[in-house]
This record gives sequence, C-alpha cells and structure tokens, in this order.
Amino acid sequence: MSIHRPQDLALFDGTILGRAAKDAVAKLDPRQLIKNPVMFATAVVAALATILTARDAGSAHFATMVQVSAWLWFTVLFANFAEAIAEGRGKAQANALRGTKTGTVAKTIAAVDASRHQELPAGQLRAGDLVVCEAGDTIPGDGDVVAGIATIDESAITGESAPVIRESGGDRSAVTGGTRVVSDRIVVRITADPGASFLDRMIALVEGAKRQKTPNEIALTILLVGMSLIFLIVVATLPAWASYSGAAIPMVFLIALFVTLIPTTIGGLLSAIGIAGMDRLVKFNVIAKSGRSVEAAGDIDVLLLDKTGTITLGARQAAEFIPLPSVNERDLAEAAFLSSLADETPEGKSIVALARSRFGFPGPAAGAAMTFIPFSAHTRMSGVTINGAEIRKGASDAIAAYVAEKAGRIPGGVPKELVQAVEKVGKAGGTPLVVAKGERLLGVIHLKDIIKPGIRERFATLRAMGIKTVMITGDNPLTAAAIAAEAGVDDFLAEATPEKKLELIRDYQKGGRLVAMCGDGSNDAPALAQADVGVAMNTGTQAAREAGNMVDLESDPTKLIEIVMIGKQLLMSRGSLTTFSIANDVAKYFAIIPALFLASYPQLQTLNVMGLASPQSAILSAIIFNALIIVALIPLALKGVAYKPASAEALLKRNLLVYGLGGLAVPFVGIKLIDIAVAALGLA
Amino acid sequence: MDAAGILQILIYIVLITALTPLLGGYMAKVFEGRSRFLGWFERPLYRLCGIDAAREQHWSGYALSLLAFNLIGALVLFGLQRLQGMLPLNPAEMAAVPPDLAFNTAVSFMTNTNWQSYGGESTMSYLTQMVGLTVQNFVSAATGVAVAVALIRGFARTSARTVGNFYVDLVRTTLYILLPLSFLAALFLVWQGMPQNFDTYTAATTLEGASQVIAQGPVASQVAIKQIGSNGGGFFNVKSAHPFENPSPLSNLVEMVFILMLAAALTNTFGRMVKDQRQGWAIFAAMGLMFLVGLGVATWAEAQANPALVAAGMDPLMGNMEGKEVRFGIANSAIWATATTAASNGSVNAMHDSFMPLGGLVPMINMLLGEVIFGGVGAGLYGMLIFVIVAVFIAGLMVGRTPEYLGKKIEAREVKLAMLAVLIFPLGVLVLGAASLLGAPASVQDGGPHGLSEVLYAFTSATANNGSAFAGWTGNTLLNNTLQGIAMLLGRFVVIIPVLAIAGAVAAKKTVPPSAGTFPTHGWLFVALLVSVILVVGGLTFFPVLALGPIVEQLMLGAGTLF
Repeated sequence: MSIHRPQDLALFDGTILGRAAKDAVAKLDPRQLIKNPVMFATAVVAALATILTARDAGSAHFATMVQVSAWLWFTVLFANFAEAIAEGRGKAQANALRGTKTGTVAKTIAAVDASRHQELPAGQLRAGDLVVCEAGDTIPGDGDVVAGIATIDESAITGESAPVIRESGGDRSAVTGGTRVVSDRIVVRITADPGASFLDRMIALVEGAKRQKTPNEIALTILLVGMSLIFLIVVATLPAWASYSGAAIPMVFLIALFVTLIPTTIGGLLSAIGIAGMDRLVKFNVIAKSGRSVEAAGDIDVLLLDKTGTITLGARQAAEFIPLPSVNERDLAEAAFLSSLADETPEGKSIVALARSRFGFPGPAAGAAMTFIPFSAHTRMSGVTINGAEIRKGASDAIAAYVAEKAGRIPGGVPKELVQAVEKVGKAGGTPLVVAKGERLLGVIHLKDIIKPGIRERFATLRAMGIKTVMITGDNPLTAAAIAAEAGVDDFLAEATPEKKLELIRDYQKGGRLVAMCGDGSNDAPALAQADVGVAMNTGTQAAREAGNMVDLESDPTKLIEIVMIGKQLLMSRGSLTTFSIANDVAKYFAIIPALFLASYPQLQTLNVMGLASPQSAILSAIIFNALIIVALIPLALKGVAYKPASAEALLKRNLLVYGLGGLAVPFVGIKLIDIAVAALGLA
Repeated sequence: MDAAGILQILIYIVLITALTPLLGGYMAKVFEGRSRFLGWFERPLYRLCGIDAAREQHWSGYALSLLAFNLIGALVLFGLQRLQGMLPLNPAEMAAVPPDLAFNTAVSFMTNTNWQSYGGESTMSYLTQMVGLTVQNFVSAATGVAVAVALIRGFARTSARTVGNFYVDLVRTTLYILLPLSFLAALFLVWQGMPQNFDTYTAATTLEGASQVIAQGPVASQVAIKQIGSNGGGFFNVKSAHPFENPSPLSNLVEMVFILMLAAALTNTFGRMVKDQRQGWAIFAAMGLMFLVGLGVATWAEAQANPALVAAGMDPLMGNMEGKEVRFGIANSAIWATATTAASNGSVNAMHDSFMPLGGLVPMINMLLGEVIFGGVGAGLYGMLIFVIVAVFIAGLMVGRTPEYLGKKIEAREVKLAMLAVLIFPLGVLVLGAASLLGAPASVQDGGPHGLSEVLYAFTSATANNGSAFAGWTGNTLLNNTLQGIAMLLGRFVVIIPVLAIAGAVAAKKTVPPSAGTFPTHGWLFVALLVSVILVVGGLTFFPVLALGPIVEQLMLGAGTLF
C-alpha cells in the first residue's frame, strides 16, 4: 500500500523559488525570527560575529571572521528559505483549490422569498447573508442551501467532473464557495465570514503569520531550546576553563562552536516539515482545519470505517434466488425480475441482470397494466402491481406482516423454511430480500456485499502498523460478522446508530486510544466532534463539516487510511531530522575541539581524526557544512522521509540506521570534503 | 592484569545480576504494600507522627513534604556540628565545626552526596557521626528511593491524581530495606574486623618506635549504610582504603556489591511495578553496558605502567600502582573506582588522583553522564528515566507517532521538565566549577591539565551528588564550601522537583495500550539508542573540558610530559 499522489507540484518551481528567496530576507525581521528560538539565537550570534569582525578589521583572524560571519547569516537565510519554499508551495496548492472564488459577484437577497436581489462582491459577504444562485452562477461562499434544489459542478475543488445534486434540508445541503450551479436555482445562507472559510483557514495554516505551532512542535522546540541552553553554558564557560591552561580562544571560534553545536538543522527545517505535511494533505484534496489534527492522524490507534463505500462497494449485488420448497426457482426469479424492472438502484438492476442471465426473461409484456411501488423507509418494501397481481419484495418482517395482512391472519407466523433461508443469507454476510406475490411467499433474494478488491491487504498492513480497524454498519450482527470476517477488519459495530457510534468512540478513548472516523450526515456531527480525527465529507451537511477537523473535498471515505499515513510521515520526518541533527554534533566536535586548543596543546592534533588542514579551515568547514546541510535537506523536509507501512520496531530499526548512523557519518565526510575545497581555494 | 583479576570482575558482575531480581522483587512488594511484616512497628510510628498512611499526596504535596523533611534534617545536622563541643559522646574533644564547613557538610549529607571537606576522624564527634551523619545516610538514601518510587507510580498509574505518600515511602524504605540490610552488613563487617566501639583513640608505639594515635569508633554501623545507601562518606579521611573501613579482600568484594546492589535492583522494582519486567531489564542493560565499558577502560588503563617510571627501571607488568592499596591491586581498585562513581557512592579504596589519565577519566565520565549508570539509590533510576524521556522523545517520532513511554505520551510538559533536570548538570559543573577556578585558583594543587581535572572532578562529584574526591584540590575554603554546597543542592533538588512533577504529569495521563505501532522500549535496539542519547546529550556537553583535562593529559603522557 503506497500513498498515491494525485497532482504533484514540481519540487522546485521557478516562481516559488524566486518568491522564497525574497521572503527569506524578509523573514530576517526579528519579530518573525523570535518564533524560532534556535534560528533567533543563530541570528543574534551572526550579528555579534559581524560586529566583532568590523571591530577587529585587519587582525590575525580577520579573513576567517569575515567568512564565518557570512556563513552564519547564510545559515539563518537558508532556514528562512526552507520555510518560505514550503509556504510558497502550500499557498500555490491552496490557491489552486480556491479557483475562481475571488472576483465572484454575489446576488444577495433580503429574505428567502424575496424577488429582487442586490449585487455585492463575494469578499464582502458575512455569515448569515442570503444569496441566490441560478444556473451558470458561481457560488460566492461556503454555505447551506435553504431553499431549492440544483445540480452543481464541483470540479473546481474536487476534480470530479460529474455534477452533484444539492438541496435544502437533508444531508446534502452544504455548498462550497467557488463551485458553479449547472441547473436550477437555490438560495444559500452563507456560513463563513470573509477569510474564515475552510480554504481560507487552510491557507492561513500554511502561511507564516497565523500559523500556530502544533503540540508536538512545541515540545520539540522546548527540547531544542534546552539543548541550545546546554551548549550556551558549555561555550560561555569554556574561556574560563581554558584560561587555566593559558589557552586564549578567539571569540569567533567560540561563536562557531556554539552555532555548530546547537541544533540548527532541525531548528531550521522544523516549520518547513510541518507546512509540507499540510501541503501533502491538500494534494489529496483534504483540508485540515488545524495542524494539530494532522499530527493526531499519525497517532491514530483505531479507525472507524463505514462499511458501505469504504469496505464494500457502494451497492450490493444479487447473487442467488432461494425459493421456498413449494416454489419453482423460475417463478421466484420472475417475480423478483418484474418487481425490480423500475427499480433504478444498483441492487434492483443487479436483480434484473441476475434473473436475465439465469432464465433469459424478455421485457414485460406490452400493454400490461403495471404500477410500481417505490421503496419507502416506512413500509420497507417496494414492488409492482401487474394486472392486479401484487408483487412485493423487502425486509423479511415487513413482507411477513404484509402477507399476513393479505391473508387475514394475525401477523407473526413465518414459515420455518423462510426463516432458515433468511438466516442462511445473513450468516453469509448478505442481505436477504423476501419476495411475495399476493399472499404467497415465494422465497428470498440473496443480496451480497461486494468487498472492495485489495481492502483485505490494506487492513493487514494497518494491523501490522498497530492500527485497529472497526467496521461500522447498520446491518444486523450476523451479517456484520460475516462481512467483517471476509474483509479482515478487527472488529465491527453492527446496527450502528449515531449514539452507538459516539459511545464506541468514547469507550476507545477511555482506554487511551485515539480514534479516527469519517462521516457526512448531521447525525454524525457529535461523533465527528468527539473523534480525535474526524473527516467530514464535502458532500455532507454543514453541521458535519463544522464538527470534523478535516474536510475531504472528494468525499472519499477510503482516504481516512491515507490521512493516517500522511500524519505518520509528518511525525517521522520530524523525528528523523531531529535525530540526524543531533547525531551531527559528534563530528562537529571532532572538527572544532582540536582546532580550538591546538595552539596551547599541539598534542590534541590526535583528535583531529579528519585530518583537517588547519584550525581556521576546520572551523570554517564545520560552519559551512552546518549551513549547507540545511539546504541539502530541504527536499527531504518537503517530500517527507520515505515511508513504507511497517511495525514500529521495523521503522525504528530502519530510521535509526539511516538517520542515526547516517547522522554520525555524513558530517565526517562532508566536513572533510569542504575542508579540502576550502584549503584548495585558499580560503583559510 | 592476571586471570585472578578477571575472575574477580566476573564474580562481581554475576553477584550484582543475581541480586537484582531478588532485591527488586522484595522492594516491589514493600512499595506496593504487599510486604507488611513490620506493620506492628510501622503503624504506631505513623500514629506517633500524626501521619495518615492511607492518604496519598498530589506530586506537589509529595515534593513539599520531601523538601520540608530534608530542610529540617539539614538544620539539625548543622546544629549538631556547631554545638558538638558541648554535647556528649565526644571523647576526642572535637571543637565546633566552622559555619561554612558545617553548611557544606550538612548539605552534603542531606543530598546523599557525602562530599567531605573535612577529615572524619579529626573533625567530627561520635555523636555527630552517629546521630547526624549516619541518620542522614539513611534518610537521604530513603529520600532518593521515595522519589524514584513516586516516578514509577506515575508511569504505572492511569488517570491518577496522586503519586503516593512521601512519609510512608520514607518510612518503608528505611524500615524494610535500609535498616535490615545495614544491620546484617554491619555484623558482617564487624566479623571481618571492623571496629564498632565508643572508645577513645588508642595511642600506640609503632615497630619503628614512633608513636601513633589510632582513630576508631562506631565504624561498622556507618560503613554499612554508607555503602548500601550510596552515600560514601567515610568515617576516616582516606575512606575505604583505610584498613578499619575495609579490613579484608572479602569485605572489599562485599562492600563493592553493597555499592551497586540497591541501585541495580531498583530497575527490577521498576519493571515489576509497571507490570513489564522487560522494561526494567532494558534499563539494567543500558546501565550495565556503560558500566562494563567504563570498567574495561579503567582496568586497561591502570594495568598500563607510567612510561616515566618504566623509563626509570620499573617493571611495566606492575601496572599503575601509585595511590593504590597493595592489598587490593589493580582489578579491585578499578572495579571499586568504576562502581563507586557509577553509583553516586563516592567511597574510594584508591586515590583517583593517582590513576592514569584515562583511568581517572572513567570515574569522571561516570559522574558526568549524570550518575545514571546505576547511580545513587533511587537517584540513578530517576536520572536514567529522565534520559529515557529525552531519548524516547528524540527518536520516538521516528516511528510516526507522538512519542510515548510505557503508554504515556511524552508531551511538552514532560520534555520541559526533563530538559530542566538535564540542564542542571552543566550548570553545576561548568558554571560553578569555572567560578571556583577563577575565584580560588590557589585551591588547585597541580598545574596544567591535571589541575583542571582536579577542579572538574570536584564540581562533578558535588553536582552528581557523588561525593568522591580526586584529591589535590582544597575544598575547605569559604568560597569552595559555598560553591560546592550550591552545586550539591542544585544537583539534588532541582532534579528531584522536576522528576516529581513528571511523576504527577504522567500519572494523570491515560495509558495507551501497547500495539505493533508502539515504540518498543525493551530490547537491544532501545538499549543502544538510550546509551547513544546519554553519550551524545550527557557526554558531549563535557567533551571540551575533558579535552583540556584528562584527554590532553593522556596524550601528553604518551609524549613524556607529567603533571
């Protein structure tokens, strides 16, 4: 299972790079820098180095000091650059989603039934405003349909070209700004103030100004600040300790030691990693309403997955006709066939197809007086009355009651054979549909859920990652158990109601687990809000979209799995680069310590394991490596570390090897190579 | 070094490993309240002190009780020293201890450091030794254990508000663990020839006809607890090199076992109390691994002879015997030095100052890593768990989840507190050490890198609450007594308070049940990771000063320069 990548922005897009370079300089503003303590410290030290260099113009170390100061500024600029690129890419991505929204003119009306409208730029709409949208109009903002029904082209945000239906009331009332009305007329109540729509919020999340650190970023920043303080103590006390040995250390060397030791690499890339994680979500057409939720996605232990559409194909298929002992299978099939002719649901069509393939029925006799009775939630059956004969199909108890009433019996008694047939279908994970003609029960149609291909393997992978999958279904426990077994989920919730779902989430959370789910209806809203990661379908209600902490623009419930993967990849990238950054310090010590004290203790040359040319060259090489490694790691920070789902143990082993040992080894090689270059160019 | 030396090292390792689950299991029973055979004594004690043993404390209440108890203990000890001239049990007629030295000593014994700016037999009365110092030997060790147990409870509990009752933990540690063990140990030591009396010092005439005053007193009782409780403060100035403190090869071995056994066993207590013994063994393994490497380096270094002496005609096979008891030789001096500095004990049976530079580097690194290689009783475990939190946080993200340890998510609060505890170490060693170096350069006996090592060792020992001394540095001055006192207080309480806060924070959290997605914290991978983090975070901090001290000294020794 790999994360499939829809449209991919070129990693380094020319315009983004150009903007980022400019932004990198703008971000030198101390008010911005202070948000990143490690980089702030680096900038302070760079300023100090610059002042010292200016003061000591012409002194012995002047050439080195000039270069060290310059590279310190580069270190800060490179970090700013990394952040600016990530922001640029995120903005480009989100702007593409925003589509034609800006410049749209809204037709506001005073009341739902008002006939005259006023024109207003979309940017000035406030929550609560009513707007009317007719065929050809672009919907000016996020909102709820309060009157009318219309087909809407949402391809601007979902990429899906087939228009969808939106109507007032029910679970399909939410519309998104930037989409276009194809037919009919609707009245929309705007639900977001300007700048507060989902897309606006998403853009704010990737932009510097309003971006808030996620809990995990805060914790990591504390660690980095702590380590910087430790190294500050080390460097600040070093002259005192060295003075006992009569060693005077040039200030610029101390500065170099401090900057190379503090975790500038991860400090410089931290925000870029976070933004890039959000950006990957946007690429999947999922909008996160906070960075926190992306992080939480990585922590998910339990996935609640709706059966229909996620685990099974949306529609069930007729698989078998099971006649009662006294009934001919052909009669049953014919009755089922006739009753389904007008049934446009996939199930109905599959019954027609199965009957045709088994017995080759032609169409209905021309001129037959056919009255179709559509399915209703109240009667829980549908059917046809053909030349006076009433054929009905539906849930077994509904049909039993119907037959009993027809026959003038007291409802209740059902033939044993029918009960057995119904049970058999249920046990196999199917849905039984009982068929009756008049007062005669004919038999059962076995409607089968079709498990999506490949889903079983995905669940096995999730299990290996330690994530539990729970199937949510309205089916009875018997049916649910059979499908659960076939699909390979770990658990299921049968006869699910919104209340039961909410309770299940609370139970898991009480046990310390983090739960993710997706939902669309208004009755899903409490569960979406309760879940640690609640992904609302864009086609759902406004209530659901408000309650969830992510919105899936394509309304594809399967994406929940990818969202978890993206969260994990984000955390993993952060951890790997932190480990890499800290492991780098070992080599830097071996470059700088001998250089610092060589004048006083020539014996320390033994510690110069890299054989660096001179103390000046060693210091300069370490500083240059320290700056360049940030640039070198920008692609990794933006793309995220390679992630293949596996158990934590396997992941740890792999990442520790690559980023831990790699972090130890790479700088030894890198600093040595830079030293060779520095010596060859005569820079020190 | 010979086969006998290697055999002694092996015997030592086997004894420690075998005792760990036995003592560990017993202590788990005591702290979970399942072993109450001394209840008849314990309950009246609580009633007498007005303690409601059933009432548990929030971490902050626990910390306040701990601080109050320690403050009173230090004040009593300070008073005893100042007034000892007027108090009984003072046959050698010791005068009042000067205020700065009394402050230093009171802090030193309260913090389980047992740094001694004084010579025991020439400064302290029997009363001060017994009622002051020995009592603190017990309660300072019990304080450390109590903190560790509170932290263990934090990890073991789910959504809990409290972490235990400080007074109950203190009483149980003393009553069920330290007292019985010390009692048996003291009897053993007396059997081995250690004095336990209240006699005046004996005046004797030596074979050469010179007269000598032989100091003695209630030695065995104090030595027993000083070793078991990782205190280390000697009854005599030369500590465990003195024949009365360490009479025989057997006493030497057993005392070395005493030094590490409780600290090692607490890892097992931890494993049992969090219901996963593998977690305890992983920590034991990480400690053991660093211990063995240190021991190997120290033994190897001391087995080398000083090249200058070899040049003067000494047999190179003798190794470095300068400053060592001939009774103990290289192996036992190296094990003792490694164990006593690993365990925050601080008693010595050889002069670390006279070790080869690399040999002297090992004790120093043992302490500089934060006293987490077994460490002081209790203190070693909670110090190690601080590093576990840091290690889990750094590497835990690499498995794609918010880092967690034992099902507890490690978040901003825990990281903040852990970093605070880690930060204290360089502060105490580097800042206060530098202050002493600048303020009192005359206290340093030697010049060059060796002199630097002497100061570095002193402040490391104080901040790590170890108490062993490198010698060659005069600690008993107003400035140094004060700076050392501050270092000891920082190293003790500015670690204990964050640890208790962490205990409270993790106790309140839910416990995430383990799954295949859980970061594995048992097994060799984690052990290697933990050791690496300790070496990189704890160790690299001191690389620059170590380079100016023992490292360059070793390199210069090779070139024939001595200090």
